[in-house]
Amino acid sequence: MKYPLTIAAIALAALMPPAEAAALRENGDPLASARWSEMQKAFLAGAPVLFDPRVKVVAPSTAENPMQVPVTVDATALPGVVEVVVFADFNPIVQVLRFFPEDAPAFLGFRVKLQQSTPVRAAVRTADGVWHVGGTWVNTVGGGCTAPSAAGGSKEWQQRLNEVSGRQWSEGPNAGRLRMRIVHPMDTGLVAGTPAFFLEEINFADAAGKRLMRVQTYEPVSENPVFTLQRTSADGPVEASGRDNNGNAFTARIAQ
Amino acid sequence: MKRLLCALLMLVAGQLGAVDFDYRLSPVEIARDVYAFIGKTEDFTTDNGGNIVNTAFIVAAQGVIVIDSGPSLRYGQQMRRAIAAVTNKPIALVINTHHHPDHFLGNQAFADVPIAALAETRNGIAADGNAFAENLFRMSGDWMKGTEVQLPGKTLNAGRLEVAGRSLRLVGLDGHTGADLVIVDETSGVVFAGDLAFNGRAPTTPHADVAHWLKALDQLEGVTREAGFKALLPGHGAPTSDAAPIRQTRAWLTWLTAAMRDAAKAGLDMNDVLARPLPAEFARLPVAASEYRRSVGHLFPAAEQEALGAKP
Repeated sequence: MKYPLTIAAIALAALMPPAEAAALRENGDPLASARWSEMQKAFLAGAPVLFDPRVKVVAPSTAENPMQVPVTVDATALPGVVEVVVFADFNPIVQVLRFFPEDAPAFLGFRVKLQQSTPVRAAVRTADGVWHVGGTWVNTVGGGCTAPSAAGGSKEWQQRLNEVSGRQWSEGPNAGRLRMRIVHPMDTGLVAGTPAFFLEEINFADAAGKRLMRVQTYEPVSENPVFTLQRTSADGPVEASGRDNNGNAFTARIAQ
Repeated sequence: MKRLLCALLMLVAGQLGAVDFDYRLSPVEIARDVYAFIGKTEDFTTDNGGNIVNTAFIVAAQGVIVIDSGPSLRYGQQMRRAIAAVTNKPIALVINTHHHPDHFLGNQAFADVPIAALAETRNGIAADGNAFAENLFRMSGDWMKGTEVQLPGKTLNAGRLEVAGRSLRLVGLDGHTGADLVIVDETSGVVFAGDLAFNGRAPTTPHADVAHWLKALDQLEGVTREAGFKALLPGHGAPTSDAAPIRQTRAWLTWLTAAMRDAAKAGLDMNDVLARPLPAEFARLPVAASEYRRSVGHLFPAAEQEALGAKP
């Protein structure tokens, strides 16, 4: 291991509550998934790993609709977050998205297509090079990745592709929140006759042009994606821009 | 000793009961010559085998009219035997009130008699029937053995239907699904509401158009105000002699849509909405928590789209 860890030292430095400190561990996947070691090799190769309760992944334990499983990743309790990668061990396409919280808290809500019951995890890389891993099991009847998108049935989405709607909240219990929806089929390529067609990158920047967050999205993100972000201070409009894997670009202003 | 033996026997019998695939269907006479099989107010499980639905039959002058056929082949067969224990008249017609699987997957047991439904219900069964059946195999297990989709062969239209010497009034509504049939038996005064009305159980919404459903409930309540009205049989839950299930269903749907709209306006994410506690009034309904979670998945995206200013 390149960066030796002592769990006690981390817990002490982070002033963690005893219950959370007790849950910190370097070995032994708390979700007991048969694919964990593969996941570790694919996404976190060579770097130190810590199962960390400060990485909160919220999703329903039983998902009614495998095409639209809500996932919320909250790593705001962790200082110095550089990158977050979200993956689902048993999905045919494992990687869901990556996000880089630059001037925004490490918080992102989205929805995902799941093919079968699986752990959904977030691995959070902090500035010291350590991957902090959190996750939860989602049980679902499945089929979410190999069912055609609803858009496949109509021609309308072609005119509305990349149409953005969104809002920010400046007061109330959700002050600082930004929510955005984009019209996109997010085709996985796993449905016969329909090539993969999905959003690849979305950037959020404030009025001064300072980037709040960069998000790399992959095939498993649900059709017509909806994202929930949290800003430290809701200060003016946000510009969202991005493109899909066919080069269709969009730019939209989300007013406050 | 005798008592102990008795208790032991009962224990053994009780355990057998769970695996003999007997729904123990027992007809309840809700009006003269009108009977219902009342299902449990639960979700589909391997214990109840999907007996969570109300089905019914009318013993008419020249034959029996069956309303909905239950969740499986076994249910349909057992239902038919239970009907034969009440009357030796032949089955004249089976009607499916709408295209949900607990209401038509017993059709196979009636393959030798006419089965009828509204046109859109027939289309719905043809399109979604197999997927529904697959899902019930997952939830109810071996109770479903041998069950296959049997399409209704006849199309019903709203209006008067003369069958087996009985005059029925068919009211074509929608909102719970794309086509929800209400059957009014004017002879007995019984109104078969299908799943437009739930009693003492949270309503299900996988194919709901809530605005249409609320409109349908108003029309249905109008039917219960007619002079001859005697009893209402909801799709799930006990029959009543008043419109209480209609009001209960309306209250749930009204609260649910307002909750989705308000949550979306307040900036909540779907996970935030799922985590919300239910008001006490609704939380005490059987399966309220699970139906709420399912309904969030069905109804929140549209509310969210509206709150974010997206075109519908």
